[in-house]
Amino acid sequence: MKHENRKHNNAERLQTKKSGGNFIDKWHAYKNLHAHALFSSLGRLVGTRFSSAMTIVVLAIAISLASGFYILVANLQQLAGNLVSSNQISLFLKDEVSEIRARSFAEKIRQNSDIQDVKIISKEQALGEFQAYSGFGDAVKALEKNPLPIVIQVLPTNSFENEQALEKMLEDFKRLTEVDFAQMDMQWVKRLQSIIEVARRGVTLLSLLLGAGVLFITANTIRLELHNRKDEVIIAKLVGATNNFIHRPFLYSGFWIGFFSGVSAWFIVTIIMLILKQPVENLSRLYDGSFHLLFLGFLDTLMLLFISSVLGVVGSWIVLHFQLQQLKPE
Amino acid sequence: MLKFENVSMRYPEAGDVLRNVSFDLKHGEMAFLTGHSGAGKSTLLKLIAVIERSSRGRVLLDGQNLNEAKDRQVPYIRRKVGLIFQDYKLLQDRTVFDNVALPLVIAGYGHHEVSRRVRASLSKVGLLGKERKYPAVLSGGEQQRVGIARAVVNKPPMILADEPTGNLDPELSAEIMHLFEQFQQVGVTVLIATHDIALISQMDHRILKLDHGQLVTS
Repeated sequence: MKHENRKHNNAERLQTKKSGGNFIDKWHAYKNLHAHALFSSLGRLVGTRFSSAMTIVVLAIAISLASGFYILVANLQQLAGNLVSSNQISLFLKDEVSEIRARSFAEKIRQNSDIQDVKIISKEQALGEFQAYSGFGDAVKALEKNPLPIVIQVLPTNSFENEQALEKMLEDFKRLTEVDFAQMDMQWVKRLQSIIEVARRGVTLLSLLLGAGVLFITANTIRLELHNRKDEVIIAKLVGATNNFIHRPFLYSGFWIGFFSGVSAWFIVTIIMLILKQPVENLSRLYDGSFHLLFLGFLDTLMLLFISSVLGVVGSWIVLHFQLQQLKPE
Repeated sequence: MLKFENVSMRYPEAGDVLRNVSFDLKHGEMAFLTGHSGAGKSTLLKLIAVIERSSRGRVLLDGQNLNEAKDRQVPYIRRKVGLIFQDYKLLQDRTVFDNVALPLVIAGYGHHEVSRRVRASLSKVGLLGKERKYPAVLSGGEQQRVGIARAVVNKPPMILADEPTGNLDPELSAEIMHLFEQFQQVGVTVLIATHDIALISQMDHRILKLDHGQLVTS
């Protein structure tokens, strides 16, 4: 009984907001208010499950598009990351060039101050590698004569980053009499990396757009809810509700909508990845088998849920900020 | 408890609704506010609930000048005044319990305290046992008693009622007025706007009469 009285007095002091009422009691009242907003907003979401579900599915699709593209680019980056980009040039020598002549030719190239390293791959070495990695080992054994040329791998110094200078060097090599054919080995890797960079930017921009979409869809959902509960808001104001009290359930609604959309989006992306996993791994095995599909990791998932919840809260805040002023008791 | 000092209220579209109104109500006093429709009864009540602010003069509640109250103080002022309406203003999709509990939930009371106080309040208005009902299944008199239970659940020092018996038959009206007297007897200040002269003339309370925005008797 004594305890109850104390509780009364403190709650009363709190309501009139005079100073006093210790921190613990204030904390209790604060906790009660938040618990009320949390559960009442969740209850309303369940109460209007059909329309809530539709909103959440729309948002989940938008969020899963953004995160799906994100994980696609992450996979491409992983793929390209395995490949080391370099300016190495391979010179395929003419068949009639002997091994000895090839060595002196290589020495001559090494003298050039623009060249960092030169490496000779003999016909035998090339055949050995081809047998080991190409998957045509048995077929090669059937050949009477080694068809592979001697290859000289030339690595220009790092100062040769300039594409045009590299192209010119490549042309010069092609003109040499010993050389049958010359090519830059890994130039396609550079191109791929540039393409991925473009894709990454594109995905970032797309995500911003989709994020804005999520924000405004949430805002509109909350606006409708506010409209449906206009009478309640006005009555609550008449019996002494603060603006914070009125805002809170709507902010929590926004939070729940965002959070559940994030969870649904996670499932959508993960299911799609699971469907793709087998074919991608089959494809990878046909090459060197080092590629494994990346899924949304723990941190990615946390980030996804965090961003979608924040978008929900901000979306409803925008509406409350601009619309609630108009709801006044008459 | 409540003091009006030369209060005037002018609406741009309707002109002067209240003119130079002055009166005061002591702690625990009960008074009726009467007058023809449009005499300014509702406007006067709105000034006390800070739904409107006066154009001139001062309205003092518990010594606080309501005209100068900041917006963020308004909710705390309203918690000192239990409001009762002619149309009850109940939430139709909430139970009787939830309707009455609203002021307590707003004030941040815990679950047990809310239950205890709501039941105490419902028992005072004679509706104990109807907590789980929805307002729509109750009679007009019962709905008004839910409204009253909500107004007093927070133990405010003052009750304001705007035509509380406007939609009720004479017998129910007398019952409701008797209920207000019971609150007055425990120290609550009560101000009731009504034009039910027949009813209030049988009761021995102060009558404030408004005529075209002016107080003619007090």
